[in-house]
Amino acid sequence: MRSGARIAAPLFPAAAALGASFGVLARTAHLGALAAVVMSATTFAGSAQVAAVSVLGAGGGVAAAVVAALLLNARYAPIGISIGRAFRGGPLRRFAEAQLVVDESWALAGGGTPRFDRRRLLGAGMTLWVGWVGGTALGALLGHAAGNPASFGLDGAFAALFVALVAGQLRGRSPVTAALIGASIAAVLIPVTAPGVPIIAATAAAFVGWSRA
Amino acid sequence: MSSAWAAVLLVGAGTFVLKAVGPVAVAGRRVPARADRLLALLAPAILAALVVDETFATGRSLVVDARSAGAAAGVLAVLSRAPLWLVVVVGAVATAIARLFS
Repeated sequence: MRSGARIAAPLFPAAAALGASFGVLARTAHLGALAAVVMSATTFAGSAQVAAVSVLGAGGGVAAAVVAALLLNARYAPIGISIGRAFRGGPLRRFAEAQLVVDESWALAGGGTPRFDRRRLLGAGMTLWVGWVGGTALGALLGHAAGNPASFGLDGAFAALFVALVAGQLRGRSPVTAALIGASIAAVLIPVTAPGVPIIAATAAAFVGWSRA
Repeated sequence: MSSAWAAVLLVGAGTFVLKAVGPVAVAGRRVPARADRLLALLAPAILAALVVDETFATGRSLVVDARSAGAAAGVLAVLSRAPLWLVVVVGAVATAIARLFS
């Protein structure tokens, strides 16, 4: 678990900064500070939270906000299935531990490969959770004094981070095939489907890479 | 209950379930070797899609903006075997610089 915390530590400032930007956004969308922090503590998934709050802020209604967020989080079903076999203990414990799964903790702990290490996932997930929730609290309380993260390149930092996370998966030919096809599926679908759908569709790339292996 | 709290609770509950489906349903099962290889390919497929999303997606359009500089710098940093923290910093700096000039 400590090794998980260690590998995720470099991402702590980025998670906290993104959390702060979510906190600021939540306040501008008329969420209370407590609601923003509760959302970060329970949902613990950046893009979905931003989507839900943006819909609410634009006056879009609860149903639209929930659907937008859950579409973005639908990828956690295949992600969870890819590592499900590594979990131990009763259903309640597995349910609780699964909440520490985010893209970054999953990737840092090995993704769906046999190298996947559950305790590393938990250590990384906890580290990111503390940064995310703490950052949200700061952003929600300080508001615009926390600044606009886009102006200092935080969004691009996450683009670079995901480049590194996918690079860590590219051992051998089939992962490279799966990554290229997954990226292509996303690029084709982003303009024509709701956000979140392209990522789910990209799981098909795993089947293509698999059948060609 | 305000609509904000309703959304917070519903998104939270839905996400709890989505994250837990795999760990609760397939925990401790022996997975056949063929399925094992398939599951291992989910990470490169999903993470590569997320790279495209994080770099180019703005709502429903694909745009080349300052984030592309961050992603490109990330590729260079990864190729030169930079540690993860440096990849993130280089991505942020490149994006911020590109944004200054755009």
